Amino acid sequence: MVVELYLDLLSQPCRSVYIFAKKNNIPFEFKHVELLKGQHLSEEFVKVNLLRKVPALKDGAFTLAESIAILLYLSRKFNTPDHWYPSDVQKRARVDEYLSWQHTSIRPQGCKVYDIKAMVPLLMDKPFPPEKLEEEIKDLNFSLKQFEEKFLQDKPFIAGGEISLADLMALEELVQPVAVGCDVFEGRSKLAEWRSRVEEAIGKELFEQAHEVVLNTKDLSAAQFSPQLKEQLIQMLQKELK
Amino acid sequence: MGLELYLDLLSQPCRAVYIFAKKNNIPFTFKPVEVLKGEEGERFGKVNILRRVPALKDGAFTLAESMAILIYLSQKYKTPDHWYPSDIQRRARVDEYLSWQHVAIRANGVKLFWLKLAPEEKLQEAFEDLAVSLKQLEEKFLQDKPFIAGNRISLADLVAITELMQPVAIGYNIFENRPKLSEWRSRVEKFVGKELLQEARKVILSINDLSNMPLFKLFKTFGV
Repeated sequence: MVVELYLDLLSQPCRSVYIFAKKNNIPFEFKHVELLKGQHLSEEFVKVNLLRKVPALKDGAFTLAESIAILLYLSRKFNTPDHWYPSDVQKRARVDEYLSWQHTSIRPQGCKVYDIKAMVPLLMDKPFPPEKLEEEIKDLNFSLKQFEEKFLQDKPFIAGGEISLADLMALEELVQPVAVGCDVFEGRSKLAEWRSRVEEAIGKELFEQAHEVVLNTKDLSAAQFSPQLKEQLIQMLQKELK
Repeated sequence: MGLELYLDLLSQPCRAVYIFAKKNNIPFTFKPVEVLKGEEGERFGKVNILRRVPALKDGAFTLAESMAILIYLSQKYKTPDHWYPSDIQRRARVDEYLSWQHVAIRANGVKLFWLKLAPEEKLQEAFEDLAVSLKQLEEKFLQDKPFIAGNRISLADLVAITELMQPVAIGYNIFENRPKLSEWRSRVEKFVGKELLQEARKVILSINDLSNMPLFKLFKTFGV
């Protein structure tokens, strides 16, 4: 029985899991959970993940939430090449350190830029507030500076000479603001060079395949959102705009 | 020169690292950092460019982020398997909790802590958010198991208990009316041991009066 991965490629952590599995030729069944249709809120999906979030994994009777846990599980079960999650304790710690830090320092900031720029006009029928966007971009910029100075420094990748899970997760979070026209790589040559290296390591074809959905964010229409989800998102956006 | 751990026991992640190191007899030099006193000067800055506690220094190697530190210590010092089980499914359960808790528990607990000085409605909101997370903790992460990863305590339980002490310390007894969570708490505390717990908690439990602390310092301490 093959591993099932419950994904929607609009979501950053889903893309990380997808790219990782594909790149390592891990056999899996792609279970599309359409976020816009509110499928993650369905009774059926709750059986897979009580937290109602993607990505999720199902391996026989074993279910698992949280992209980091999923990536680590897959790397162990399928014995992926060492560089993804190095066995060297100190190199591994560098990966863990990034994966921990990013939860509150990169992910929310990237999400907020995406939400304010794309979701507000789409779902709330009003233009996005530029001052609020400025604020979020400022926060994101602060984190990007820390990312360059602390996590990258003069290394080609976060853990050193080779790509790891940390670079994969980092890249996907940064694609989100890019998808709504906030090019975080512009004017940041170190970051842009790192991004090129990550893209090269992943492979152009897989890279493009994984990003197709989110890069078409501008083509989304309000009609695609289920009413239940729209309601939920509007509440969340209202909180974010305060 | 040995292992150095830069800690302020006011901080939840610091307590988790402290308890873990002590419980496993890991030799280390305790380097106290008092975040409230703004002791994050040049010396400390070199260790941890993110200027947050906890931080580790092992020879030339420095490390931030409690999750990374806990896993590093468990692997370097080969602590008993149950802390971070080698069985990949049980380990996944620990990873899953450690990942989820950053936003769902830690961020909410932290908000509650410093929001005590803020308007009632914001406090209410933080309280509600935390309540949702606590429900998920019981229903998804604990279920009918004695500990998060199964029959034995792991890093996940340690991280959870230290975070949950924060709201308790300012008078929100989140264990009240939550029998499953209370029972889990007793099991964890029993394993860690009364003495070590008291030692780790003496700073946080003496925080009675938050209103005298400048808000920005609170903000920094609790890593919002």
